[in-house]
Amino acid sequence: MTSALINSLRKGNRLALSRVLSQVENGTEAGLTALEELFIETGTAHKIGITGPPGSGKSTLVNALTRELRRREPEKKVAIIAVDPSSPFTGGAILGDRVRMPDLQDDKQIFIRSMASRGALGGLAEQTEALSQVFDAAGYGFILIETVGAGQSEVDVVNLAHTTIVVDAPGMGDDIQSIKAGILEIADILVVNKADRPGADQSVSYLKNMVEMGYARSITNGKHHLENFHEKTVAATPSADWIPPVLKTVASEYQGITELTDAILKHAAHLRQSGQWHAKDQAAIRTNINHQLIAGLLKDFHQNVPVELVDSVVEKAQKREISPNAAVRDLLAYNRNNTLESSE
Amino acid sequence: MTEKKIRVLIAKPGLDGHDRGAKVVARALRDDGMEVIYTGLRQTPEMIAEAALQEDVDVVGLSILSGAHNALVPQVIANLRANGQTDVVVFLGGIIPQDDIQYLLDHGVFKVYGPGTDTREICKDIRETVKTKA
Repeated sequence: MTSALINSLRKGNRLALSRVLSQVENGTEAGLTALEELFIETGTAHKIGITGPPGSGKSTLVNALTRELRRREPEKKVAIIAVDPSSPFTGGAILGDRVRMPDLQDDKQIFIRSMASRGALGGLAEQTEALSQVFDAAGYGFILIETVGAGQSEVDVVNLAHTTIVVDAPGMGDDIQSIKAGILEIADILVVNKADRPGADQSVSYLKNMVEMGYARSITNGKHHLENFHEKTVAATPSADWIPPVLKTVASEYQGITELTDAILKHAAHLRQSGQWHAKDQAAIRTNINHQLIAGLLKDFHQNVPVELVDSVVEKAQKREISPNAAVRDLLAYNRNNTLESSE
Repeated sequence: MTEKKIRVLIAKPGLDGHDRGAKVVARALRDDGMEVIYTGLRQTPEMIAEAALQEDVDVVGLSILSGAHNALVPQVIANLRANGQTDVVVFLGGIIPQDDIQYLLDHGVFKVYGPGTDTREICKDIRETVKTKA
């Protein structure tokens, strides 16, 4: 069943592709098998992340950008993964990004897939990366990943995308907002969308200032830190030799889209020439392995340590007999030695 | 971590521009824990079937107020089937005269919901039908 589905995906059958995406999203056995088979066929797609606050126009920008990418490189298929939030109460979701992409429906070389975040908090769903791997293996040359409307710290997309575009709209904040840590730092390209509205030039100048300050800092640091990528830092530090351009667009009118596309293709060329394409790929794979390792270890732990023991240390901590920190030490000791004796 | 969610496409075929009913149903299904993809107004049967294919939905809900249901709905279903989505459940809401309902059911519609339907009934029907197909 699964191998028949995978073979027909390889032959370009879009229903098969869609079904494999569902299996992978739901984490079924068939999905895991498909991922294992398909992973070795990945590694060619250019993954482009699009993030920014709700209402900044991400979906409309994706609509315009996809049309332009298809025009520029007609031999490449384009996949779009559009993530919207799940309700924290019911788990349900309204996935409405397709409404903003009316111009992409006649082109069979474009495939749009909506995804609910299903409780994940980093701006993507847990299986977004896995879905992007399926599209990559299915021969999609560009994969656009649109995050949920992001605030300041939903930065997971940077680990997945080769090129990260942060979209802002005029009037979203002042120069202090722009030097805070978080989402603006992850941009390879900054876009002020809805640039026909008042305040666009002001926003552009705030963002340019931010970029210049950051550039000065990274020069003094002298190098980028992809080699030192560490699980504690959420993302690899951006490099000093790419200065993020700040661009104005009016996506609904297709204004500024040519320049944005130029910047994306230029960034891809830069990544390949500087060796960062390889480094980013490695960082993404390391993050992926780390995530799965954490999930696997937790699963092992719960199989190994009886739930009663966990309950009992929770109770002790609640009575303030021990701290949560000590409780964890005890649990980990039990997990290692099958006894509560820790080394204290 | 991950689980199977019921995925529903809510679409408005044809030319009428009123989507309040569609949105009310979308919201009710969301509140029932389903993942609802909304496509917007003025969709052709081909566009709806294409979206259903890309989203691999279990259910397609159509809303029509224009009177064109006898023409549009069978086309949507024919397109779904032609794409290989033979098991997708299609339901219909809007202003549908009593006399047309049997015709639509004969052409593959699972159920027709008129104005004033309790949205809980729709949720319950969908859950039961999708479960028996799984």
